[in-house]
Amino acid sequence: MYKIESKNVDFFYGPSQALKNINLAIKPNTVTALIGPSGCGKSTYLRLFNRMNDLIDNTKIAGQVIIDGDDIYAKGVNVDSLRKKVGMVFQKPNPFPKTIFENVAYGLRVNGITDKKFIEERVEETIKQVVLWDEVKDKLKKSAFELSGGQQQRLCIARALAIQPSIILMDEPTSALDPISTSKVEELIYELKTKYTIVIVTHNMQQAGRVSDTTAFFYMGELIEYDTTKTIFTNPKVERTQNYITGRFG
Amino acid sequence: MKTFYKKFSEKFIEGLLLLSSTITTLTVLLIVVFLFKEGLGVFNQKPVEEGFVIALNKQNPVNKLSSAQLKNIFDQNITNWIEVGGKKDSIILFRMEDITNYYSEEQIGEQYENLPQCISKVVDSLPNIIAFFSTKYLDKNFQGKQLDIDKISFKEFFSGKEWFPTAQPSAQLGVLPLILGTLWVSLGAILLALPLGLAAAIYMSEIANENVRKIMKPLIELLAGIPSVVYGFFGLVIIVPLIQKTFDLPVGETGLAGSIVLGIMALPTIITISEDAMRNTPRAMKEASLALGASKWQTIYKVVVPYSISGITAGAILGIGRAIGETMAVLMVTGNAAVIPHTILEPVRTIPATIAAELGEASNGGLHYKALFALGCILFIITLIINLTVEYISNRKKYNNR
Repeated sequence: MYKIESKNVDFFYGPSQALKNINLAIKPNTVTALIGPSGCGKSTYLRLFNRMNDLIDNTKIAGQVIIDGDDIYAKGVNVDSLRKKVGMVFQKPNPFPKTIFENVAYGLRVNGITDKKFIEERVEETIKQVVLWDEVKDKLKKSAFELSGGQQQRLCIARALAIQPSIILMDEPTSALDPISTSKVEELIYELKTKYTIVIVTHNMQQAGRVSDTTAFFYMGELIEYDTTKTIFTNPKVERTQNYITGRFG
Repeated sequence: MKTFYKKFSEKFIEGLLLLSSTITTLTVLLIVVFLFKEGLGVFNQKPVEEGFVIALNKQNPVNKLSSAQLKNIFDQNITNWIEVGGKKDSIILFRMEDITNYYSEEQIGEQYENLPQCISKVVDSLPNIIAFFSTKYLDKNFQGKQLDIDKISFKEFFSGKEWFPTAQPSAQLGVLPLILGTLWVSLGAILLALPLGLAAAIYMSEIANENVRKIMKPLIELLAGIPSVVYGFFGLVIIVPLIQKTFDLPVGETGLAGSIVLGIMALPTIITISEDAMRNTPRAMKEASLALGASKWQTIYKVVVPYSISGITAGAILGIGRAIGETMAVLMVTGNAAVIPHTILEPVRTIPATIAAELGEASNGGLHYKALFALGCILFIITLIINLTVEYISNRKKYNNR
């Protein structure tokens, strides 16, 4: 049983086709890295899983994206509850203009949870989960903007975890962070794998190699190769994949 | 030669720019200085017009009367000296034309040559008299006592409840009704315009698609370009009769009519500024909210509005600023009664409308003229405070967004 499956997915921005016939299946509790040069469609593909592309005018999708056995683009699908199940961490840390506590509590509150005690416990639990608790426990009532970039990104991960999704999408989560913060986030991804299915877009080959179990290489809107990370990095079947990984283009 | 020419022209342009900015700055300073010099002059004046005297009988123990007391005496609201600290005796009013009650025309003389003596005698003979006449007819050996009149005080000016600058013998310069009228109308305007403007801004920035927005935004901006007299005319012809009918009032020119017209005029400011602020909400922030399962509405009121709250506040305050300074439209629809308003369905008068309506009939350099300038100062200070508030708020925004 796969957690996420995409079958013959085409995606269009207006007249231009961004994804061409993508077939891919992701097992639960794994980390899948999407790699490829800029503009290859990997971010677009990632954003299909929580229907984030719906927000962009003039887009069109064909094919099926199946999560937990249900086609998420079928008619009558509740997008809000889909997004509750599929959390997302963005490229740049984007905390809300609220306190640290309220940032993490946000997802709970918008999903109708009002039990104060439950929210407090959940917030503490998730901030501990992202190993941020010791750094922020004394300033939960302060603005999230007072944190450093790395702390903000971990806070954003905590924010996504608070509503207990089963899938976490990460769109280049460390591209705006310094090396130390990056390694902290990577460690975190490794730990989160036991509970969540993670799909991560990255430009950093080493990162893909370090954190992922499987890797998908995209080029010009096509899925060129998809295999275990070990195979992709040591023995890729397609020459273009090899060229990209060894840095000969892209 | 060429480099010299280049250098010279650069210096020349530099000088030109310096000159024009200096001129602008000086002009602004000059206007402000002029405004305050003329305006503050009102506190150096007596409420009784220059060239006139108020005199009492020598035996009258009263030595001082305030401007309001004078007015009430001559309006016969105060009829007994005991009410202003004198003996218990009814007051006898004497204006210059009343002299014919006491003396015949022959006694006064063809050229009024005996008028000063006559007035002096009348004042001397009646212990309860209060006389108001021109200094031209003040006798050299005047037998009464001239009343000492205080200059207009700050307290009187700001807390006086009556604005009647042309009152004889003593002008009433209480600006309270005008300040309250201005704030009353502006407050009403903002209460009407803010919810409507905010709704429109939210719709345009978050909900409307690009095509609708492309039509709506220029239309709303067009609203800002309509001359205010047209708004006034519109208000007078449409809103005023409507209010009169709806509330069954004797007159439709009320504070409410002013508020509605000003509200419409403040709308474009509020909408444009708060819409810009909302559109500046980072896309990533909205996406983060939606990605957490928040609905579009939750995202708008929990993320977009809080994020752009300083822009929205700035828009609202600038809207008020526009409403406070607006002259023509208000002048046309508010009824211009200088009384302290108690409900929005009463005529009110605002500061700018007062200046516009009365400056034409105020004699240059006189008391009335200076009082109008003082009103201008008050208006200037109010708008200055508003602008500083906006500046403070937008600075705070920059700090928050780092």
